[in-house]
Amino acid sequence: MANLHWLANPGRFLRIANAVLPYLGALTAALLAWGFFAGLSAPHDATQGAPAKIMYVHVPSAIMSMAIFGAMAVASAVALIWKHPLADIAAKASAVIGAGFTATTLLSGSLWGRPTWGTFWVWDARLTSELILFFIYLGYIAIWQAIEDPNRAARAAAILCLAGSVNLPIIHYSVEWWNTLHQPAGLLQGRTDSSMAVPLLTLLAGFFSFYVTMLLWRMEREVVGRKIRQLRLLRAQA
Amino acid sequence: MSPFLAVIARDVRLALRQGGGSYWTLLFFVLTVTLFPLGVGPDLALLARIGPGVLWVVALLAAMLSLDRMFQADYEDGSLELLALAPLPLELTVLAKAAAHWLTTGLPVTLLAPALGFLLAVDVTAYPILIAAMLLGTPVLSLVGSIGAALTVGVRRGGVLLSLLVIPLYVPALIFGALAVEATLDGLSPRPHLLLLGADLLVALALTPWAAAAALRLNLE
Repeated sequence: MANLHWLANPGRFLRIANAVLPYLGALTAALLAWGFFAGLSAPHDATQGAPAKIMYVHVPSAIMSMAIFGAMAVASAVALIWKHPLADIAAKASAVIGAGFTATTLLSGSLWGRPTWGTFWVWDARLTSELILFFIYLGYIAIWQAIEDPNRAARAAAILCLAGSVNLPIIHYSVEWWNTLHQPAGLLQGRTDSSMAVPLLTLLAGFFSFYVTMLLWRMEREVVGRKIRQLRLLRAQA
Repeated sequence: MSPFLAVIARDVRLALRQGGGSYWTLLFFVLTVTLFPLGVGPDLALLARIGPGVLWVVALLAAMLSLDRMFQADYEDGSLELLALAPLPLELTVLAKAAAHWLTTGLPVTLLAPALGFLLAVDVTAYPILIAAMLLGTPVLSLVGSIGAALTVGVRRGGVLLSLLVIPLYVPALIFGALAVEATLDGLSPRPHLLLLGADLLVALALTPWAAAAALRLNLE
């Protein structure tokens, strides 16, 4: 807890984030470059051939799309319980990145589905719950846009995020249940050889590092943006 | 009368009297269901197949359309602040308002559903399960909807935002409800789906009043 409070000072956060960001950016670039190179030069998938390379974008972004919502739920709880001034900023800054990863997952998945299943979209359980996750991200972003006062918007968004995080497992299992009674689509069960697993894990680390970089950058912008808003309000009142 | 029942009685009365709009919700339910045969064609076999799903989706939309009534009018005329100051905990007030919303939308929609089922040629044997599933599922719509209604209570043009927030959260109730009816039509037991729907209702009953009350407090500051 002591560390959380130490970081709660936005000025200190800005200094640290500014110092760390260039290194994080370089790390992200290196991990992504090496991961994509290794992934593309790895042997083709035995049954699916070249299209399976989409996996190197698809799998890490799918993992990130869910992990970021988890992070947002934790940040929302911290913001509601301890009123940590940076927690709601972190949750807000995460949402757009998470929605981006979700969209990437859906798009890359549909591009992968065309050559392997012969269709861009099936109502498979995983696809459906990812799509609903995308809608929940959009609702979260919408409520930030709808409420003008950032403090009230933060609490409303935090309540929505926590309600969504309670609901997500229920949605996930209900969708799985719904699908298994209809058309089971057995897929995405690749035994992963190390020649593929190593680039995949590198790319996962790269995507994660990309998230942290973008998160810090967007949080910086949000902190500065709120300062500007405050100054403008003060000037308007003067 | 206990305060809890008094809030329910007040909200039901307001919904039923002039300008309350409770009948409009039912009319919306009927009109929207009649659109489906016009849209997909009069083939009774096809209608019988999609019928249970159509009834569920339209019931969901009808419940959602009337959600803004739950807190918005009371917020605008200030009575919501008085309700918040009353000795009855805000969580229970929310629960009472959700109950009143269900009594004026979910319950009548459930009772109307078999009649509309005839129009869609849904097999008569499925009606008891359809009614049971709707009795379990429509309260979930009111309860989960109360979170969305409370979050958007002070928001200008909150109605569309409300549906954005609430639709994804309605997915489990829709799935279990429609599956229960479909299982019956396929000659399977609807029991697991009804049990899951009941579990969904219990979770919603236990958790949503807290979230909705927190959202109301924030909007009443």
